[in-house]
Amino acid sequence: MLCYEGKVVIKLRINGETHEVTVRPSDLLLDVLREQLGLTGAKPGCLNGDCGSCTVVADGWPIKSCLMLAVEAEGHDILTVEGLGGIAPIQTAFVDMDAFQCGYCTSGFLMVCHALKTQNPVMPEESVIEDWLQSNLCRCTSYQEIRRAVRTMYKTPD
Amino acid sequence: MIPFNFIYYRPDSLKEAVDIFAELQSGGKGAVYYAGGSETITMCRVGSIQPQAVIDIKNIPDCALLVKDIQMLHLGSVCTLTQIHNSGLFPLLGLSCGRIADHTNQCRITLGGNLSGTIIYRETSLPLLISDAEITLFGPEGERILPFKNVFNGRMQFKPGELIVQVGVPVWALSARHAHIKKTANEKIDYPLVSLAAIWKDGNIRIAFSGVCSYPFRSEQIEAVLNDRTKSCAERAENAAGLLPESAYSDGEGTGEYRLFVLKNTLEELLEDWDNALL
Repeated sequence: MLCYEGKVVIKLRINGETHEVTVRPSDLLLDVLREQLGLTGAKPGCLNGDCGSCTVVADGWPIKSCLMLAVEAEGHDILTVEGLGGIAPIQTAFVDMDAFQCGYCTSGFLMVCHALKTQNPVMPEESVIEDWLQSNLCRCTSYQEIRRAVRTMYKTPD
Repeated sequence: MIPFNFIYYRPDSLKEAVDIFAELQSGGKGAVYYAGGSETITMCRVGSIQPQAVIDIKNIPDCALLVKDIQMLHLGSVCTLTQIHNSGLFPLLGLSCGRIADHTNQCRITLGGNLSGTIIYRETSLPLLISDAEITLFGPEGERILPFKNVFNGRMQFKPGELIVQVGVPVWALSARHAHIKKTANEKIDYPLVSLAAIWKDGNIRIAFSGVCSYPFRSEQIEAVLNDRTKSCAERAENAAGLLPESAYSDGEGTGEYRLFVLKNTLEELLEDWDNALL
């Protein structure tokens, strides 16, 4: 049985690279990404699992990093917005479709949309896209543009 | 940030989990079982709970089963709502899972977490209450396999140190005619004003509700009224709404009076679809 007490060193696989970090078992993945690894793309918003601005991808599925302990991420492949490299189809689509205003929610939306394409390589029904996008909030209300960006992503060859 | 420390355990077996839980308790240390973590982390962050240890049960194989045999579908307690929904093995439960929280959270929330959490709606219980499901619990005294309805009276009735291992659903229920309706005040992903799951067995409806009262419930009295097809749909819906086990739930999402109004309309629509063979 694994047991972590006090400060422990764990290995996290983030964006294809393995990092050693020193964490408390109660540290959240979001805080470790931002404060220890300098990966500030995942944004703290509600910290309650509601807004989605902290979304990252774990083993191909979106998760809210404010609701995951860093120690739970061991052994999983974590992808943050930095791992998209600025050239992922969804990033290009967001730029082309003006799918942001202030940009605070953007990295969370990008990760949800990227995971959507990972799990559904062919464009799914609108209801599926709607279900996935309802996980994130955009207070600038760029929802229509974001929806267009998703459709554009699916039309763009990988 | 969680503003305090705890010890994190990740046992590999049920026995390891309950033994460490008992050891911590006897040493005066409060512990919680942990799976998806969304509720535990939130409550730790705001200070509602302050466990000295969390016991993450996701590595226990018995809790991760998602398999169907000739008699039953076995659903491990750490199966996520997304896994259950995407498996397509129990469509009615899949519909319930697909309407709890939002999609990203569904990738983390587990069946066991939803059933035993503090949020009152516990909507995964509805299909289980009406499908003759059984539940396997494991604790210091060993394993208990019981009808789900015997240990869930709105919330789980655990013995000290027990955890949910899995739920079993008989195969008849997996392919039975069913309906799932969830009505919210605003967003699709809101908590329910009325959430219901219905299944038909031997031509009769079985039905369970969440959101209407302060806990989920199945009522055989309500079912008897709904199954009396000598009366009109409107009469049956009106009579059923008068048989709630407690006053209709009131909060900022909707008053009790409004929930009753939504309940009657929802039931009437459901019964009309049934009478018109649209289900």
